[in-house]
Amino acid sequence: MDVGILSYGLYVPRRRLQRNSIYQTNRWYAPGLGGLAKGEKAISNWDEDPVTMAVEAGRYCMDGIDRGLVESISLASTTLPFADRSNAGIVKEALNLSDNVMSADCTGSLRAGTSSLMHALQNSAMALCLAADRRKSKVASTEEMNYGDASAAVLAGSGEVIAKYLGGYSKSIDFVDHYRETGADFDYAWEARFVRDEGYQKILGSAIGAALEKLGISAAAVDHAVISVPVRGVPQKLAAVAGIAPEAVADSHMATVGDTGVSHPMLMLAMTLQNAKPGEKVLLASFGQGADVMVFETTQHLPAVNQRQAHFIQPGLPDTNYSRYLFHRGLLDIDKGMRAELDEKQPGTSLARDRKTVLGLIGGKCSESGIVQFPKTDLPVNTLSRATGTFEDYPLADRVAKVLSYTADRLAYSPDPPSYYGMIDFNGGGRMVAEFADIEEGEAEVGREMRMVFRIKAFDTLRGFRKYFWKAIPVQRGES
Amino acid sequence: MTSGIKDKVAILGMGCARFGERWDTDADGLMVEAFEEAIADAGIEVAQLEAAWLGVGFDAQSTGPSGIPAAVALRLPDIGVTKVENYCASGTESLRGAVYAVASGAADIALAIGVEKLKDTGYGGLPTRTRGSRWDMIGVTGSAPGNFAQLASAYGAKHGIGPSDLKRAMAHVSVKSHANGAKNPKAHLRNLIDIDKALNAPLIAEPLGLFDCCGVSDGAACAIVTTPEIARALGKTDIVAIKAMQVVSSNGWEMQSDQWDGSYLHTTRVAATKAYKEAGITDPRNQLSLTEVHDCFSITELITMEDLFISQEGQGWKDVLDGLFDADGKVPCQIDGGLKCFGHPIGASGLRMVYENYLQLLGRAGERQRQDSPTFCLSHNLGGMPSQNVSSVSIIGPLGV
Repeated sequence: MDVGILSYGLYVPRRRLQRNSIYQTNRWYAPGLGGLAKGEKAISNWDEDPVTMAVEAGRYCMDGIDRGLVESISLASTTLPFADRSNAGIVKEALNLSDNVMSADCTGSLRAGTSSLMHALQNSAMALCLAADRRKSKVASTEEMNYGDASAAVLAGSGEVIAKYLGGYSKSIDFVDHYRETGADFDYAWEARFVRDEGYQKILGSAIGAALEKLGISAAAVDHAVISVPVRGVPQKLAAVAGIAPEAVADSHMATVGDTGVSHPMLMLAMTLQNAKPGEKVLLASFGQGADVMVFETTQHLPAVNQRQAHFIQPGLPDTNYSRYLFHRGLLDIDKGMRAELDEKQPGTSLARDRKTVLGLIGGKCSESGIVQFPKTDLPVNTLSRATGTFEDYPLADRVAKVLSYTADRLAYSPDPPSYYGMIDFNGGGRMVAEFADIEEGEAEVGREMRMVFRIKAFDTLRGFRKYFWKAIPVQRGES
Repeated sequence: MTSGIKDKVAILGMGCARFGERWDTDADGLMVEAFEEAIADAGIEVAQLEAAWLGVGFDAQSTGPSGIPAAVALRLPDIGVTKVENYCASGTESLRGAVYAVASGAADIALAIGVEKLKDTGYGGLPTRTRGSRWDMIGVTGSAPGNFAQLASAYGAKHGIGPSDLKRAMAHVSVKSHANGAKNPKAHLRNLIDIDKALNAPLIAEPLGLFDCCGVSDGAACAIVTTPEIARALGKTDIVAIKAMQVVSSNGWEMQSDQWDGSYLHTTRVAATKAYKEAGITDPRNQLSLTEVHDCFSITELITMEDLFISQEGQGWKDVLDGLFDADGKVPCQIDGGLKCFGHPIGASGLRMVYENYLQLLGRAGERQRQDSPTFCLSHNLGGMPSQNVSSVSIIGPLGV
């Protein structure tokens, strides 16, 4: 049975910060950034992090696939929120995967995503490989102009693969082009010209050549070269040196999404697959203290998955609010007011008890009355029989809901005011009062279709914890 | 079949502190201010009190836990003092405790006092707080205006009322209350506003603007209750009696079943139905003289007029605009200025409403006095949020009517 990619998914946050709006604020200090002040970059909201973004890519990737078949889950990132609490394990709860899956966090390099994918492809188990990054950058830095937020997912395994794995090649070299010490906020990067010559060209360039040679594939046969290097011209140069046709070089998406760190190779791969046809060879190359190179050949199963994934790719929303962006990354000390002083301590006991309710948005369906309720309780609402324990697990996260009532609250504290929330009714039963996320003025109305997303509910800044829960976002055209 | 509370308990005396931003005093001082008025009105000695109930909403802000703060502040005579908290119905709950004690024969004379010291929080609106470990993981930490604003969206959608029509009716509610509050020396906000000021105020929680929201104040109010027989023996002639006291708490039906449409207050409808039955009222629109309802927000008052069956469902906004609830209308609402002008010191509000009805029944309301000999006077509280709440409906009137 063929081993390879079974599905893919990608999540790019809705807001797209216009690079010129960064530049206009900072040009007094750093006029040299003008050359980068073009296009836009995807920015996550205040309540997103690599865990929540990975959940979203994972959900898209698993659309139409039985989640019960997944045997392992990995989350690759250099910006994982928890140093000691399995981040992949949180994603596993949000995706309602079986308790029997293996889970692992992969970090330490921008290559972490491709390395975990390569690991997964080396055996035939069904593995959900996720990558997500949300990197901070100093104000008025090159990184600030370049870095974007996104996540990507690849489901590896055997069977009806959409892209057969032809093989891979890895190199590990402690080449320090940039680094970030544990606990530090910002990257420290060496001169770009040095990185281009000694890193991309020597290490990654030679790895591409070596991989093709090892696998016995001619460069001319490569239909898509996904070379994840966020520097204009470099992928083209590396392809040319290797003998790959210029038209095969995949778009870096720097102009629209930005450099999304660990996510980037898989994001580029997903976007490339979206436009690929069956029977094409796809080369994936990533860089970070060495290089990973993998080659795939697409199959006749690709178009069906492409069709499924196409409606998840949402249009971006241009955003020029640079100060909000800074605030959401902890780089601007906005006066939050006394209402923000609420203690958000999370008892470990209640989280353990209500793990599935909170992280999985699992409600209950009463086996006697058929009523769907969130959350589950000992006695169902409208109980006549007084029987307890009649609720069976009923997942609500993937059900579309309709707004019954709502408000835009300017009194309650929100990092993204006003705070939208309201009561929503799920198709098929069940209701809840939910916070609304990623909603713009004029998008809230009674009857509006909403879908659920996994987000940060609140930060406990006193104890260094973040609470996750589900919020509702407007269904955009084409989705549902 | 229960015989109900009607005419079993009389109000012997009442008191009400001046509501407002009382930087000068704390919860103890507010309680003393209301209590001294009530005890003088009742014409009894403090030693004659046999039991007491204290209503407080946010005890951590106001008094601290237990009934002890009232016992100490008022130097009560070694009697039981029970603190009650039931969201915004806390003041009414304290009265219910005292009334039930007298009705049961457990006490001849009992005290109900409600107090709230909100202005020690440092910010406007009610204090933010947690609501238990499970809720804190899955609930929305919104605000009171945000919770009640949702009524407007669902009410407007259900009845096909355009946002500008509804906003205008809501504004009328507040303009009317300010006109009433301006005549009340104990009210916090005594300024007149016009419709444009209300319509153009900054948004607090869509569609509620600043003047759609009640004030936030410090205050206290209290009642001393006894049996009609003891009241007569103490020389009272115009005896004001309890006609009905009903409290209904949500059991999760609104929040968890899919049957509630978000446009009305289920608990208020049930409490009103029970209270009218208890008081012997069959036609509330024509039998009620006055109402003091829980106008935490203009939209709440408007919808409450329907939930109390004074207006037809979906027609309350028209009755508001027609002036039905103005001070000179058929059924005045908030003739004292309401929560809108008194603000809403949680524990005190229910008793403050009864206080106004009591004054009106005795012809002691001064400039605000209705001249048409009020009979049934209703007060209403609503606590929590529309999707899960506690509602109370109390009716008082002349003994024997």
